[in-house]
Amino acid sequence: MSPSYQDLIAAAREVIPEVEPADVASRVASGDGPLIIDVRETAEWDQGHLPGAVHIPRGFLESRIGGTAPDSDQEILVSCASGQRSLLSAQTLHHMGFTNVTNLAGGFARWKQNNHPVEVPRILSAAQRSRYSRHILIPEVGEEGQMKLLDSKALLIGAGGLGSPAAYYLAAAGIGTIGLVDDDEVDESNLQRQIIHTTDRVGMNKGESAKQAIAALNPEVQVNVHPFRVNRDNVLDLVSQYDVIVDGADNFPTRYLLADASLMTKTPLVHASILRFEGHASVFNPYDGPCYRCLFPEPPPPDLAPSCGEAGVLGVLCGVMGNIQATEAIKVLLGIGDTLSGRLLIYDALGMTFTELKVRRDPDCPSCGPNADLQLRDYEAWCAGVGSHDHAGVSA
Amino acid sequence: MSTVKIPPVLRQAAGGERTVEAKGANVGEVLTALCEAHPAIGKQILTSDGELHKFVNVYVNDEDARLMQWTDTPVGDDDTLLILPAMAGGQ
Ligand SMILES: [Zn+2]
Repeated sequence: MSPSYQDLIAAAREVIPEVEPADVASRVASGDGPLIIDVRETAEWDQGHLPGAVHIPRGFLESRIGGTAPDSDQEILVSCASGQRSLLSAQTLHHMGFTNVTNLAGGFARWKQNNHPVEVPRILSAAQRSRYSRHILIPEVGEEGQMKLLDSKALLIGAGGLGSPAAYYLAAAGIGTIGLVDDDEVDESNLQRQIIHTTDRVGMNKGESAKQAIAALNPEVQVNVHPFRVNRDNVLDLVSQYDVIVDGADNFPTRYLLADASLMTKTPLVHASILRFEGHASVFNPYDGPCYRCLFPEPPPPDLAPSCGEAGVLGVLCGVMGNIQATEAIKVLLGIGDTLSGRLLIYDALGMTFTELKVRRDPDCPSCGPNADLQLRDYEAWCAGVGSHDHAGVSA
Repeated sequence: MSTVKIPPVLRQAAGGERTVEAKGANVGEVLTALCEAHPAIGKQILTSDGELHKFVNVYVNDEDARLMQWTDTPVGDDDTLLILPAMAGGQ
């Protein structure tokens, strides 16, 4: 007569010792626990498991155990919900030649009843798995990377030419929180390039308008609208709430202010600037590579630094440069790849060339050098001061 | 002759050209030749004493001339000089 389920269990008990949860818990707490293999199904595992346990569903036990436990004399504790599936699994391991296999008595149920610590894995919802599936497929991102993005906070200075595409793609990518700093209102002349805004939102605050677009694209993203200009009184408070700054400002005082605030709060700064057919981009990691002032110690005078409003800008250029910023921000947040830190990328849309310049840390940098006396200053006055050089103005 | 790349803000001063050929054995000489051919550029990037303004970055190929020998940095015929003032635009 074939053995019944009870016979199988009884036979397994003959060879597999059982361990009480309290004994395992004290060993785990002292950092001396065995390798714990949890053989339950994924849905059960997702509800919680023993701290440090490795999940191998019972159906995959034989094929996957070798990758997790290469030594056959390694101590292995098997656990399941009540201690029966794990007992049969432990017996399987015993048959496979593992010599030191035990079973968790009463399984996860008794473990939890006895109030031993439980680890609940963070998982993406089914909707998130579907929305971000193309990210999850990329080995460098995966579920873990996507969760990192969902926990990330990006501060965008300006919801204009650079901020529009950057905010759009960062929102699509699932950056959990996006801060938009802009005191300006949507104008008809913005719509040639600031694609996050729409004709019917002319007159609305740009941050508010962008928030509406983001809500329609990805309602999961938390958008913080900061409808004011960033200045030295509010910058540190603001920047310290975020993990990365995306600089799409349109003036030098703001850019130098952000550069110093990035150093003071140790927040990476993703830089881009645009004019006509040309764009610059770089990444400034605080005290790890050059800063903005290592590259540009002083701003040029106003007539050598016209704004897009004065000199014009190709609308599409904003898309290219804003998306380079979004790309770099995502890499910074995930800690993957080689960012533009230490390099200035120059894109010339007219010649369709990308040029790279080396940017080195300046040992005498007044912002990040060892002798720098870094403090927020009156950047308007400073830019106007260093800008008033003794040259005759010639309009560009 | 070295090639000098002209940034957008100086193009009008260079007669609309995006690159200009200029002769010289080092960065200083090439820039002097450039400013002689296009005096409007000199007015923008040189001080009244004929020194380069601090806000002007000059690259020889992809290296910052300030970190080499600045205006004494030697320049060959195949080298490209890039004049690079910071840009502020973002909106
Ligand atoms: Zn620096």
